[in-house]
Amino acid sequence: MMGTAKVLIEATDVAVAFSGHTVLSGVDVRVRAGEIVTLIGPNGAGKTTLVRVILGLIKPTRGTVQRQKGLTVGYMPQRLTIDPAMPITVKRFLQLGVARGLTVAACERVLADVGAKHVLRQSMQGLSGGEMQRVLLARALVRQPDLLVLDEPVQGVDLTGQAELYRLVQTIREQRGVGVLMVSHDLHVVMAQTDHVICLNRHVCCAGHPEVVSRDPQFSALFGLDVAAALAVYTHRHDHTHDLDGHVLGEPGVLGEPCDHG
Amino acid sequence: MFWGNRVFWGNRVTMDNLMTFDWRLDGFMVRAALAGLAVALVAGPLGAFVVWRRMAYFGGALSHTALLGVALGFVVGVNPLFGVSFVVVAVALILSGLQRVRGLSLDTLLGVVAHAALAAGLMVAATLDRVRIDLMGYLFGDILAVGWTDVAATWTIAVVVLAVLVGLWKKLLSATVHADLAEVEGVNVRRTDLAFMLLLALVVALAMQVVGILLVTAMLIIPASAVRSVSRTPEAMAVLAAVAGGLAVIAGLAASYQFDLPAGPSIVAAAAVLFGVGLVSLWPKSKGV
Repeated sequence: MMGTAKVLIEATDVAVAFSGHTVLSGVDVRVRAGEIVTLIGPNGAGKTTLVRVILGLIKPTRGTVQRQKGLTVGYMPQRLTIDPAMPITVKRFLQLGVARGLTVAACERVLADVGAKHVLRQSMQGLSGGEMQRVLLARALVRQPDLLVLDEPVQGVDLTGQAELYRLVQTIREQRGVGVLMVSHDLHVVMAQTDHVICLNRHVCCAGHPEVVSRDPQFSALFGLDVAAALAVYTHRHDHTHDLDGHVLGEPGVLGEPCDHG
Repeated sequence: MFWGNRVFWGNRVTMDNLMTFDWRLDGFMVRAALAGLAVALVAGPLGAFVVWRRMAYFGGALSHTALLGVALGFVVGVNPLFGVSFVVVAVALILSGLQRVRGLSLDTLLGVVAHAALAAGLMVAATLDRVRIDLMGYLFGDILAVGWTDVAATWTIAVVVLAVLVGLWKKLLSATVHADLAEVEGVNVRRTDLAFMLLLALVVALAMQVVGILLVTAMLIIPASAVRSVSRTPEAMAVLAAVAGGLAVIAGLAASYQFDLPAGPSIVAAAAVLFGVGLVSLWPKSKGV
């Protein structure tokens, strides 16, 4: 269904090594317009590193990243800590995102879009976790992006707020037709609202279209029957399995020694 | 002033003859005030960034290297202002390169570079036979010895620094809030940071004449932190910091004149009083502001 939409960004065979230590290898990622691609994986899987490569913040040791010409990227960083000594309101923060400046009305509009209109004149440092994530999302949107890159967008948000934020991303995708590349390390809510999932653990463990499949033995083995029954599920096949933290294990279904690939 | 000819002619003016207040000495206070105001004008806004970026120690490290610049200026036989600017800018460049060293924190690297440069400065100063550098003057400032040429040079540099800062403002602010976000949005963060460090190096060289090497950081961070509580935007804080710095210069010089106190420390003490006032007004609403 997404096969015909134009490719916004494509990373091919990306490998990254920091001082000889391989963090990522052989990773392919493609995001098309109107598509939500989610990167999942345990801590230290290289999700943020991959995002930084795709954003052009670090150069991959091997491989290429091709962007569509004139692509505008809206980026929502994992966390934002502004020194309390800087007096800065949400309005000013949003205005920083656009080189030519941004009217107050435009700020209000984008805040209304993310459901945080009331914080316009509040100080950035006084925002709650949920408000902060919404403001960061608004900042990514003010640039009228073609591609949204969201690094753990629900961090520090309570469960209700998480579901709301994911719905919001859905709505934005539908209304604006943007491509979305999202990082998460919990697949619970993400899976149901994603077109393509890439399971990363220093390499691409598996990737595919998550569909609502009631019973998949791989998924059940991975996340437990309860979770599998309650949530959206992958249909692709794993050639290996993970423990509960997402670490790669040996033979499928065998909880034991990690395999030595990747 | 430190890069003036005082070292050679030794025309030190004492506070005793200041009290007579003839036209010459009056002009002398006017020159000190003008030079001090120029420094406050740029140290305020740049100091705001130093505070926001938590670079207080960086400013201190840069100022420690200034003595090496003074000494080298004498060795090479150029105006010490050039020596100071050259060395401080060079050290700023070295430090910006060292930021990428893995395994040692920038804090540690700053300490190494700053104290190595201070030691080298003291050593070079000791080897100069023909001139005896007035260490006290450099360490604590000697604004009362400022000549008209120095006032002109100070204002020229201050205006240039301020103009560059205004041009750089939005990029620098964006990079300060979140470097990666700024980079994704098209700001060249490395170049912006480098430009900021060079501006900072120049301001350190300027502030050194007013309050001395040991108190330069004070001119950067005290006025900016003093006005935090009354500032609603980054721009307001920068402008108010310049105003607060200016007030501190005037009040400090007045106290120095009135009570026969050293000028540089008096200026810093006046700034500290302003900071105290700002702290009191910040107190009741400690949540964020």
